Amino acid sequence: MMAHLLLRHRDIPDIGKLDVYRKNGGFEAFKKAVTQMKPQEVIEVVKASGLRGRGGAGFPTGVKWSFVPNNIWPHYVVANADESEPGTFKDREIMESNPFQFLEGVAIAAYAVGANAAYIYLRGEFWPVAAHLDEKIAEMEKAALLGDKLFGTDYSLRIYTHLGAGAYICGEETALLESIEGKRGQPRIRPPFPAVYGLYGKPTVVNNVETLTNVPLIVEKGADWYKSLGTADSAGVKIFSLSGHVKKPGNYELPFGTTFRQLIYEYGGGVLDDRPVKAIMAAGASSAVIVADDKALDTPMDYASVKALGADLGSASVIVINDSVSMDWVINKTIHFFKHESCGKCTPCRDGTYWMLHLIERIERGEEVEANTQLLHTVAKQMQNKCLCPLGEFSTMAVTTAIERFPQDFRG
Amino acid sequence: MSLAEEYPEQIQKIFAKYPPDRKQSAVMPLLHLAQLGKGFVDRHDLVEIADLCGITETDVAEIVGFYTLYHDKPEGKLRIQVCTDIACALRGADEFLAQLCERLGIRPGETTPDGLVMVEAVMCLAACDKAPMFQVQGPDGISYHENMTVEKTLEFIETARKEVK
Repeated sequence: MMAHLLLRHRDIPDIGKLDVYRKNGGFEAFKKAVTQMKPQEVIEVVKASGLRGRGGAGFPTGVKWSFVPNNIWPHYVVANADESEPGTFKDREIMESNPFQFLEGVAIAAYAVGANAAYIYLRGEFWPVAAHLDEKIAEMEKAALLGDKLFGTDYSLRIYTHLGAGAYICGEETALLESIEGKRGQPRIRPPFPAVYGLYGKPTVVNNVETLTNVPLIVEKGADWYKSLGTADSAGVKIFSLSGHVKKPGNYELPFGTTFRQLIYEYGGGVLDDRPVKAIMAAGASSAVIVADDKALDTPMDYASVKALGADLGSASVIVINDSVSMDWVINKTIHFFKHESCGKCTPCRDGTYWMLHLIERIERGEEVEANTQLLHTVAKQMQNKCLCPLGEFSTMAVTTAIERFPQDFRG
Repeated sequence: MSLAEEYPEQIQKIFAKYPPDRKQSAVMPLLHLAQLGKGFVDRHDLVEIADLCGITETDVAEIVGFYTLYHDKPEGKLRIQVCTDIACALRGADEFLAQLCERLGIRPGETTPDGLVMVEAVMCLAACDKAPMFQVQGPDGISYHENMTVEKTLEFIETARKEVK
């Protein structure tokens, strides 16, 4: 097996210590960027690497950076560490165990877009993780890796943590920015996008933790090296968060293109109670549910191939469901989640999740199951494409696909 | 005692994170600070935080109401918050919550008669591979407890009973 690139602590246990990280090449990429490269050159390397956002949307990272205009100042970089999608637990492991590689990624991103301040937005539950990062940031300041006139240049940078307080919606980038500004986490109307009008109305790049953790390696080893990993459509490696009915749940860092079968059986040790897999949710609770037949199990996990299955790879939070579970129970869980987390701004989402919850509860009680299932499907369909942010849409994905793909689970 | 008297250094550190003309950004960290020790935000905190941030008391109350980790009334000293979302539920989180509550003689959302422990179901805590799990919101902040059993949890509560008075 290839050495880990992101979960490097699994090969080098003390990589979370500054001296160990530096002995293993740490902060050389940041130094190289600041002392030898123009910001635009850093953006070009990341663009050429094919790196796409690991938070779920999969947008090309370098392209995102290139949208930042140079006629409005100051600029900000914000790391999205709000990790709240049911089934996702990768960013916490990176921040706890390989924090400097993540922080170096933040620093390089900041240099590339001309930001002198970066914020890390952590979900409030990550209180100890934020304290841990604060210590690491202080160590970097002491070692002159953050602060003024870095590496003898005119470039200065400071990184700050900001704790949320329990709201899934703050993983949505504009809600996150509102939250840093000290407001309720409700999404903004886009455009303008954060790259132009972001934190405090200034150009801002928001990137996921895992995305940023890739950046030092790309700057160090080059775009071609990075592209050689993964598939044509999905460059590089990905951390797959595997949970649910598997014997060995956990994070697995693998090249894109690994199949579901390999992930579940080779890495995950097989299905709990040795039962067949019934369904897979590849992008956490926001997923369209995949019928786990042989074709699906042998599908390579990259953005395009999972899309072809009528689903999305998203943040690669693979929830495995065996045949002991009925899908009406599954969507009862996901609807309950989204109803709780809807921020209330858009009526289709606020009222739609409310009615979906009522309908699934009626179905669970056995009340006019067929009619209520049909109505539930209609309500979900009517919510799609009508909300400012993806939460409303996400809440319907499992609902419509479970009803369409597992009709036998919705009979009275 | 006011927050400014109790935590002068921390407050200074919090405001240093944000541009000088963006004091409102400090509202969330200040609320976290206010909850330390007592576990909820009272009227005095609201007034003081509003004043520190240059916003109205209503603006602060809005934040308390929107985010689930802020509380406006005293409940158990330790809030045991069990994740029962889909990934944890597939690994027995619902049964864990039910059995824990039964052993404590309370229902989810209730506090033990001695006021020590409140148990509630919460949304995903990003520890899906280590279910059953819960977080504890207590006097010192938040901690995670993973791969838990009911017995281990009861032991944890017993230890806490001696420490938290």
